[in-house]
Amino acid sequence: MSDLSVAYYPGCSAVGTSVEYEKSTRAVCKALGIRLEEIPDWSCCGSSPAHTVNHVLSAALSGRNLALAADMGHDTVATPCPSCLVNLRTSARKMEDPLFRGKVNELLDAPCGPAVEPKSVLQVIVEDYGLDHVRERVRKSLNGLKVACYYGCIMTRPPELMRFDDPENPMSMDNLMEAAGAEPVPFPLKVECCGASSGIPRKDIVMRLSGRLLKAAEESGAEAIVAACPLCQMNLDLRQRQVRKANGIDRGLPVFYFTQLLGLALGLPERDLRFDKLVVSPKRCLKRIAGA
Amino acid sequence: MKTTNMNARDAEFIHEVEERSGQQVVRCYQCGNCTAGCPYNFAYDIPVNRIMRLVQTGQKEVVLDSKSLWLCGSCQSCTTRCPNNIDVARIMDVLRHMARETGHASERNIKLFADTFLESVEKHGRVYEAGLMASYVAQTGKFLNDLDLAPAVLTKGKLSLKPHPVHKREAVEEIFLRFREKSKQ
Ligand code: SF4
Ligand code: SF4
Repeated sequence: MSDLSVAYYPGCSAVGTSVEYEKSTRAVCKALGIRLEEIPDWSCCGSSPAHTVNHVLSAALSGRNLALAADMGHDTVATPCPSCLVNLRTSARKMEDPLFRGKVNELLDAPCGPAVEPKSVLQVIVEDYGLDHVRERVRKSLNGLKVACYYGCIMTRPPELMRFDDPENPMSMDNLMEAAGAEPVPFPLKVECCGASSGIPRKDIVMRLSGRLLKAAEESGAEAIVAACPLCQMNLDLRQRQVRKANGIDRGLPVFYFTQLLGLALGLPERDLRFDKLVVSPKRCLKRIAGA
Repeated sequence: MKTTNMNARDAEFIHEVEERSGQQVVRCYQCGNCTAGCPYNFAYDIPVNRIMRLVQTGQKEVVLDSKSLWLCGSCQSCTTRCPNNIDVARIMDVLRHMARETGHASERNIKLFADTFLESVEKHGRVYEAGLMASYVAQTGKFLNDLDLAPAVLTKGKLSLKPHPVHKREAVEEIFLRFREKSKQ
């Protein structure tokens, strides 16, 4: 399993709002022996706004990166961000149609041929690397920490496009956390939208949608939420005080990236996992894991 | 509730939506599954199954004027749950494109945010969050909304204060330039 090597697309939030996701993703993959080769000079995939403007433009912004990944000789490109993943996958899928590909290529410097396969880092770890191998590498159990795994709305949906896990009740992150020694609780809202895309222009929507999620996580008895999306994580962590206030929720819940907790279980030093970047303090959870 | 004038059926509109989305709206039989799972329904002026019905009946103006198109979070719940395999979220996307092109923008700030975001990408090759926020705030005066986040944002270094441009910035700029050229044709 040490020869797993993929092109890596970090996505814009990795260099801005989710540095801790980026750092812990790299640390975890390194520890597992998964080689992430960053796409040289990658650019923005268009994120959520581009597809709301035009599908060819959106595919071209992603297509530039797919072409660069193909040039590296890889057949898989992995990204930590589900929002990037949807764009890359949509672009790759639609470019199977030569007519559409022609339109995209008219916007690009260098034409993009048949595309490489975009996957989430989660999918690469769970499917290509394998849970059994992860289990073998766990050094420090998460000590039964109760976690609510939150996948976000688009990691597995729509199923024909994403082709990963169950669209309504995905379990890959739950299984991974279990392998790391945590205790995933049933979390009925694991694929419900948190409202991230309207966060700034329509804060009222985020308060309501993220409020529902936090409430459900609290009621599930979780000690922490585990996220796999930089936008969701930011909504639930950075905005948590606002959201709690708007919805009358008392208790604060730390919101980890799954790579941060997995990194702990693999025995990586805390400084590589950047817990200091989390807004809701993870101290109590970390102590619980350490067994203090 | 607004009444619908069934005589004003714009057949060309129906055709255009179907063509651009690659979906057959005629297949919708109004089961309401899409609306039942739509997390944004509470904020919509027209629920998504009704949008589908209004497209079926060619009500172009009512549809393109709807706030729902702009509020849709593309969460894919409707598409995942439609019993007739209609990619409903894609239709919402296409309707938003058409609303843009015809000057309908019933949620101005959402459109403005998307525009500002893409301008940032065009200029830097990657999103430059601090610049994006500054520009959005300058145009809407809406910062007060989130002022309470400032301490956390700053102490946790959540917003990079410098852009992270790609080396071949022009390559991305060119994509936008060519796109605008093509759109004019
Ligand atoms: S779920 Fe599909 S068939 Fe049912 S109302 Fe919505 S679009 Fe129509
Ligand atoms: S994609 Fe849009 S219309 Fe469909 S369920 Fe989600 S928010 Fe509602």
